Amino acid sequence: MQKSFLARNPSVLIFIGCLAAFTLAVTLLSEATGATFISTSFVKTLGKTLCLCLIAIAMDLVWGYCGILSLGHFAFFGLGGYMIGMWLMYERTKTIVTNSLENATLPPTADEVRDAIGTQIFGVVGGAEIPPIWLFADSLFAQLALVVLVPGLLALVFGWLAFRSRVTGVYLSILTQAMTLALSLYLFQNDSGLRGNNGLSGLQNIPGLSHISQATLSIWFFWASAVALALGYLLAVFVTNGKFGSVIRGIRDDEARVRFLGYNVEGYKLVVFTGTAVIAAIAGALYYPQAGIINPAEIAPIASIYLAVWVAIGGRGRIYGAVIGAAFVSLLSSWFTGGGAPDVPLGFYTIKWTDWWLVLLGLSFVAVTLFAPQGIGGLIDKLVRKS
Amino acid sequence: MSTLLEVSGVSVSFDGFKAINNLSFQIGPAEMRAIIGPNGAGKTTFMDIVTGKTRPDEGRVIWGDKSVSLLKLSESQIARAGVGRKFQRPTVFETQTVRENLSMALKNKRGPFDVLFYKRNADGAARLEAIAEEIGLTDQLPRIAGELSHGQKQWLEIGMLLAQEPKLLLVDEPAAGMTPEEREHTTDILVEAAKTRAVVVVEHDMEFVRRLNCKVTVLHEGSVLAEGSLDHVTSNQDVIDVYLGR
Repeated sequence: MQKSFLARNPSVLIFIGCLAAFTLAVTLLSEATGATFISTSFVKTLGKTLCLCLIAIAMDLVWGYCGILSLGHFAFFGLGGYMIGMWLMYERTKTIVTNSLENATLPPTADEVRDAIGTQIFGVVGGAEIPPIWLFADSLFAQLALVVLVPGLLALVFGWLAFRSRVTGVYLSILTQAMTLALSLYLFQNDSGLRGNNGLSGLQNIPGLSHISQATLSIWFFWASAVALALGYLLAVFVTNGKFGSVIRGIRDDEARVRFLGYNVEGYKLVVFTGTAVIAAIAGALYYPQAGIINPAEIAPIASIYLAVWVAIGGRGRIYGAVIGAAFVSLLSSWFTGGGAPDVPLGFYTIKWTDWWLVLLGLSFVAVTLFAPQGIGGLIDKLVRKS
Repeated sequence: MSTLLEVSGVSVSFDGFKAINNLSFQIGPAEMRAIIGPNGAGKTTFMDIVTGKTRPDEGRVIWGDKSVSLLKLSESQIARAGVGRKFQRPTVFETQTVRENLSMALKNKRGPFDVLFYKRNADGAARLEAIAEEIGLTDQLPRIAGELSHGQKQWLEIGMLLAQEPKLLLVDEPAAGMTPEEREHTTDILVEAAKTRAVVVVEHDMEFVRRLNCKVTVLHEGSVLAEGSLDHVTSNQDVIDVYLGR
């Protein structure tokens, strides 16, 4: 009588099938396999888009299902990127420094290497010392653990304080904005230990893999992003499908009622908030090696607002809706702002899409809110039900 | 007679208005009780205090054999201790099915991770079917709760209460907006429930209270005005003055 997980969720197979086909197609058409249809930089754009789809799933869980309009999840995304970026930058600088010191008359001591790394990395912010937070930067394993731990802990503490005081609705949204703004302002400072507004760069070069071309590396990261997205999708369907999903949707619709059923609402919110922060952080850790650079502007408050816009346009409360919204809007955005869209000459004025894209995005957000409140996902649902 | 819930000397005021004034109230483990009183008598505030939504300024609320003070517990802890509450307006989760609504209420472990790895099982399914039968919604299980009629939503909410297996049921105006047949069904459900647990019904409708055939407590201006059988309290001159005689 109990149907299997996949039988109850046919969308999972469809989604994973589409994703696999897409991954295969991109791989075959990319420079990594000798074809020239898709440039390496576009493979990176597509890989980054998959990461954005993953954070959109996290946003849909926390907002679309649990009703917490967090406008701070990009902070966790950025922190995840910083954590992996520290290892990438440290190890790569270490290789460069060791190579350049190789020809010295005396072999360099460990301290000399360390000082040279410090000067290399922190010279731009007028420092030479390696800050204490870089203690584990030479260990890939430790930094991978920190990708999960740092954002997870921040979300746990922030969420515990906010939910315990029963901050809800727009007040909570403002609080999450304040959190991401504070974090980004802190990182902008030169003495934050993360190179201020320069951020971390050269992240596309993977230490120890310098003999492998960027074309191949980009495909590897593309695959990793696709696998992470597929796992994220499965996890999200598992979480929302059963009784847990019932309870968090209940919290979204009527928090007090759930409380009187005997559920500890604050505990549930904390689990969802922290869990999605960790998903966001993993997405960020995959995104920034493909972007090559991370700086504090990435976690400016506006980024998290865009995230909410993607999920709203895609259709919240539907996991595939979040994926569609993020992919559609972010690809369209890079097409418009990257000069892909032709300018529209009106004689007296020329519409340059690099300037007007945001207006278009704003208008389409308003249009979706007014005419298709369920987003693109809602339209798909209607079509499926009709046929 | 042992007591399940003992409220003594409780007072609460909102902006200087005394909603509850030195109220004392007791109920046993398997008892039906009706609370009546004019608007503003403090009926809903009384329920808010017992369920932990409102903290009283003074007084004690003692629960169960172990004499636990409910004032130190949160709403969800009180609910887990065995107090179930039905609100005046039917509050069910309208975007979810009747089955999902009942399943959420079904007595089980309530922790986030218990629920995340919860497996549907035959025992739970049987309990769920039994409750659906009792409230007459067996045919409606796969339906979205938002599509139900007003009366069906009321029953669903009562069903959710029963699924929680509470020791005390607090029911706020269950018959409001129901047709006569629906009222009769509601009465049956409540009388049946009161055989094994304490049920407190707040109601305006005298006819409905008469059919419950139980001890009645009359509230007025935040304290107990009279207590006894319906005939006893309706013949009380104070009660006639403040409530019935209007």
